Amino acid sequence: MERYSRNLNTLSQDEQVILSKSRVAVIGLGGLGGGVVEMLARIGVGALVLMDGDSFETSNLNRQILATEALVGHSKAGAARDRVGAVNRTVQVTAFHDFLDGQNADATVKGCDLAIDCLDSIEARFLLEDACRRAEIPLVSGAIAGTLGQVITIFPQDPGLTLIYGDRSSPRADGVEKEMGNLSYTPMLVAAIETSEAVKVLLNRGELLRNRLLIVDLMALSFDIVQLT
Amino acid sequence: MIEIEIRLFATLVKYRPKESDTFKLPDRTTIAGLLSKLNIAEKEVKLIFVNGKKQPMEYEVQNRDRVGIFPPVGGG
Repeated sequence: MERYSRNLNTLSQDEQVILSKSRVAVIGLGGLGGGVVEMLARIGVGALVLMDGDSFETSNLNRQILATEALVGHSKAGAARDRVGAVNRTVQVTAFHDFLDGQNADATVKGCDLAIDCLDSIEARFLLEDACRRAEIPLVSGAIAGTLGQVITIFPQDPGLTLIYGDRSSPRADGVEKEMGNLSYTPMLVAAIETSEAVKVLLNRGELLRNRLLIVDLMALSFDIVQLT
Repeated sequence: MIEIEIRLFATLVKYRPKESDTFKLPDRTTIAGLLSKLNIAEKEVKLIFVNGKKQPMEYEVQNRDRVGIFPPVGGG
């Protein structure tokens, strides 16, 4: 297929078929999610479940690839669905203009091979992790603040987010992004690494960030992979 | 005394000691002791890594350790 000719030979024909049969949930469609959706659609993941209850605000324009001036006030889920349709109409999209919560989390990830955490609250990340554990699917989780980014890949049997954010019983403080904001390039970088992890999980190939946290600090220009267990 | 390197991330950068990249500590100082010396509240920190490996608050810092102090990051 000409559309995917430049995926070859880094990906094989067989791997391209595996991607086309894969179903991936992207939860959160802001800075991270917008980038992830773009890259998953282009590389040829066959089905996407997209969820975000937010609508675009003017303050999103500095970094969110799906945000345009014309779309301020419009649903992020709708914008993501339309963008996938414009880039690759072979991708089947299910879009929910809704926030992830205890009631809808299981149904949202049901039938997916993998979920990607692009959320913006630590509390919601744990909710998604729990749902992925129950569904027995891997989760790729990324987060950003200022020029700082982190990514981890979590399989159902792994300790997961508690290794980064502390014990479940400990108070869940807000992340430092409330103070640091988010620049335009940090989400794109972290979204790319999340997408790369997702593709490797789907293809069962390459090195993964399992039980390891990638920490990127673009101001200090440091890239650390921290062994968490 | 031991000498360590401290790396602070994001909002924690403001706690950087003035005396340069390395920091002198008494022997057997724990991570908790180091945080208190730097005036960093434990609740501001979610992850400590030493020479690339996560360590608990009770870890005793060793000479020439490279200590990373990382806050909770949750933005998307």
